[in-house]
Amino acid sequence: MLVIAIFLLFPAIWTLYLGLTNWRLTGLAAREPEFVGLENYTDALTDPDFRNSLVLTLAFVFFSAIVGQSILGFALAWTARKLRPALRSVVETVVLLAWIIPASVVAFLWLALLDRREGTLNALLGTDGTAWLLEYPMQSIIVFNIWNGTAFSMLLFSSALASVPPSQFETARMAGAGTFATLRDVVLPNIRGHILTNTLLITLWTFNVFAPYLITAGGPQGRTEILGVYIYRVALRDGALGQGAALSLIMIIINLVVASVYLRLLRERRS
Amino acid sequence: MSVRAALGVIGRYVFAGFVLVFFALPLLWLLTAPFDTAPSVQVSVPDFTLENFRTLWDNPYAMRSLGNSVIIAAGTMVITLVLAALASYALSRVRIPGRDTLLYLLLLLSSIVTGTAAMVPTFLLMTELGLIDRQLGVVLVLTGGLLPTAIFILKDFMDSTPRSYEESARVFGASSLQILRHVVVPIARPGLATIAVWAVVQVWGNFLVPFILLRSPDQQPAAVVMFTFYTEGGQPNLGLISTFSLLFSIPVVAMYLFVNRRYGFRFHGGIKR
Repeated sequence: MLVIAIFLLFPAIWTLYLGLTNWRLTGLAAREPEFVGLENYTDALTDPDFRNSLVLTLAFVFFSAIVGQSILGFALAWTARKLRPALRSVVETVVLLAWIIPASVVAFLWLALLDRREGTLNALLGTDGTAWLLEYPMQSIIVFNIWNGTAFSMLLFSSALASVPPSQFETARMAGAGTFATLRDVVLPNIRGHILTNTLLITLWTFNVFAPYLITAGGPQGRTEILGVYIYRVALRDGALGQGAALSLIMIIINLVVASVYLRLLRERRS
Repeated sequence: MSVRAALGVIGRYVFAGFVLVFFALPLLWLLTAPFDTAPSVQVSVPDFTLENFRTLWDNPYAMRSLGNSVIIAAGTMVITLVLAALASYALSRVRIPGRDTLLYLLLLLSSIVTGTAAMVPTFLLMTELGLIDRQLGVVLVLTGGLLPTAIFILKDFMDSTPRSYEESARVFGASSLQILRHVVVPIARPGLATIAVWAVVQVWGNFLVPFILLRSPDQQPAAVVMFTFYTEGGQPNLGLISTFSLLFSIPVVAMYLFVNRRYGFRFHGGIKR
């Protein structure tokens, strides 16, 4: 408990204070912080780079987590049930491997895949020399994140689908319900809680993802500078620690808001 | 078989095929490139060689960084395991009002603590403690992030230990720590093993924490050093990086297979980023 308190509470309070100062990391020695009030916050809110990264983050989370990972994860869980066991385990293992392999390796695999000169994707599509990371940077990191993270949704939805009483599927089949009707009337009511849990977790994780930095480093021209990458640039590369502390707090507050909204929805569902 | 059912089957296999290609392609490259004499970024049947492994062996930073990864992962795993076992045992035996709420709150916050949002606070704390560029700092930060989840999972195992065992041990005059070591730990062993493997997998793949806390290349774990291989000189050394990637991936994949065979793969949402 003490360890957790030290690593949780102390930095939080301290960050709150430093967010109100103009502390900078210059070279090896840090200058003494001066109190500047809410300047960092007003700076952040008026900084076009910050607004840019906020919009990019929203798009990144929406397309890669909410649309991509959850829908693909569900489709996989749904399809896998009906595949032959051998094929099913091959598909599931491959998807899981994409999740288990360390982020640095995954990032490098995608760099190779999207390579301009002779990347596998260019070879496959016959698109000679397309520089995917320069022309479609955001799409690239979204696809990368879907590749890396879908396994979790697949696992969660697999156990969700297994928990639906088979008799309900049977009833739906007898009543002549098609796939769509079965999904809507049998599956959806049964797995509402799982959908919310999945959405909460993957939204939070994707919001806090840093791995795209390994692929594009925020470029070209800030077009993939999602929040984590932006904070890294401002605070630790350019050394504006006071500003970075303020940004960190903004990001933590967004995290807490997202979590509390989902938790409220989940509680309403239960009662 | 009706037309609709047939279309369903076809659709299923087309989808499965598409998914297989999408997910397997990068993995195939990871498997073949290290054994290729002239690895390109394309997936190809390798012109078999083990030369790349020799190059890797001769590269001082590569092998040392794998050693660093082992040190950091093992250190974090041991500290997390010991603290989580003690804390979850205490939480399972002592009644504190609001205990479950506290645990949930910690669990939620822990996904933020070591995460991107807390990058600056973490860096500041470690600067102030003088732990920048020291592996101990990385181990402590990672432990702090893993503990809430570890306690949460372990508490379930501790709860299922029958109290009567402990009471009889106490009758024979065993101290609390002796009870923990000789009665509780053996029973909670599957839980402890799960936590140990889970902790190693989490730490092994973590890039951000060592990236912001460690400065010198001889301290950095594989996740970070690999990235510097790529940027050095602009041209990536494909043979070196692909071989390194493979070696770096094998431990976590092996552990996954081990856990999967032994306990079934349920990481309770394995918090990976």
